[in-house]
Formats: sequence, C-alpha cells, structure tokens
Amino acid sequence: MLILSRKINEKIMIGEDISVSVIEIRGDQVKLGVEAPRTVKVFRQEVFDAIRAENKAAAESVPVLPALQLLNNSKTKT
Amino acid sequence: MKVATKAYGVVEVDERQKIQFPLGLLGFEQLKDYVLLDAEQHPFYWLQSIDVERVAFILVNPFLFRPDYELDIADQELQDIGISDPKNALVFAIVTIPADGSPMTANLQGPLVINKDAHVGKQMILMDGRWKTKHDIVAELAAARKAPC
Repeated sequence: MLILSRKINEKIMIGEDISVSVIEIRGDQVKLGVEAPRTVKVFRQEVFDAIRAENKAAAESVPVLPALQLLNNSKTKT
Repeated sequence: MKVATKAYGVVEVDERQKIQFPLGLLGFEQLKDYVLLDAEQHPFYWLQSIDVERVAFILVNPFLFRPDYELDIADQELQDIGISDPKNALVFAIVTIPADGSPMTANLQGPLVINKDAHVGKQMILMDGRWKTKHDIVAELAAARKAPC
C-alpha cells in the first residue's frame, strides 16, 4: 500500500483526472473531497460491505416463496 | 442442459435461460454462470448458479412494489454489459427471506441489470440514498397500492 502524508487542503492525484483532497480533520475523523469523472464510482467501503452482506443473506433465504397480492395494473414481462 | 438447483432438484434448462455475470455478484465473485428460472410462485424468479447448487437467489421485478423506483446508472456501466439502449435492460432486485420469519425484503441499492439480448448481467450499486439493501416488499406494496398512480 502506498502511504502519503498530506496536510489540510493538500491533494493526491490518482491518474490524471481523479483527485482526493483533505478538507477537514477533526479528532479521529477526516473529511475528504473526491473529484472524479462521472464514470468513476466513489463509495464508502460500507456500501460494498452492506451489499455483500445482503447477497449472502439472500443466498441463505428460506426457499419458500410467499404469495404476493400485486397491483392490478402491473404486469411482469421478462 | 441439466442444472442442479437449490429449489427444484435437477431440472432441464434451456440454453437461452443462461445468464453470465462476468464480475459475479458481490461476495460471490467467483461464480459467473447462472440460469434464470421462473419460480413456482409468480412474480418471483430464481437466479441459480450453474456451478454451485446451494447458491441461488430469489429475484423480483422491483417496479412491482416500488413504481417510483429509479436507477441512475452511467452509460459506461451499461456498456460494460453491452447495453446501449436501456430498453434492452432487465432489472431485478434480489430478495431475502429470513429464516427467523422477519419480513421478506428486496435489495434496491444493489439491483441486477441484465442485457436481455446478450444474456449478460451485472450487479449495480446505486448512489441514490432512497434505495437501501432492505426494503420490506409487502409493506411497500401496500403503500404503493394506496398511493395514486
């Protein structure tokens, strides 16, 4: 892992079009600003963890499907 | 082709039901080949791993209980699975039915988007804070029924 020291308002660049800047440091919390093209998705790690955990829970589902009373105007087409 | 399924034992499956997830699903990255099966109970589907019998996901069309559901997905991500026209996309939410009897939920934050022509899919991650990993399907269906269309 590359470890860099930065002060407030200093940045690191990732490639040519992604920058991460240190906006604020307060106690054990650091506020970061990320500038990246729209095609680059930026998430907190927790979002990935939550979806991974939910996939695992889904795979453990009870394989007994309940009946659903659907909206009258909905039709599924696949 | 024959596939060993979690829900129905070994079943005969048409090649056209195969769907490939080149990146796998989060937490299941190593499994890339699935088949999509109609569940015995409408409107659910099974996404069954071809390689591992016990790995299968229950899917539902999220718009059935959340008519207001929206997916904001970058064109680039759709192009990853060969979709240039959103009309070619199928959208599913993965359903969790907990063993402890708590409500059945759907994951609207990590939907599956499938190119229905190429049979290639990807799990997307939505940034919109409205969409969570656990949406109570029955409760939200009841709310949708009350709301004016």
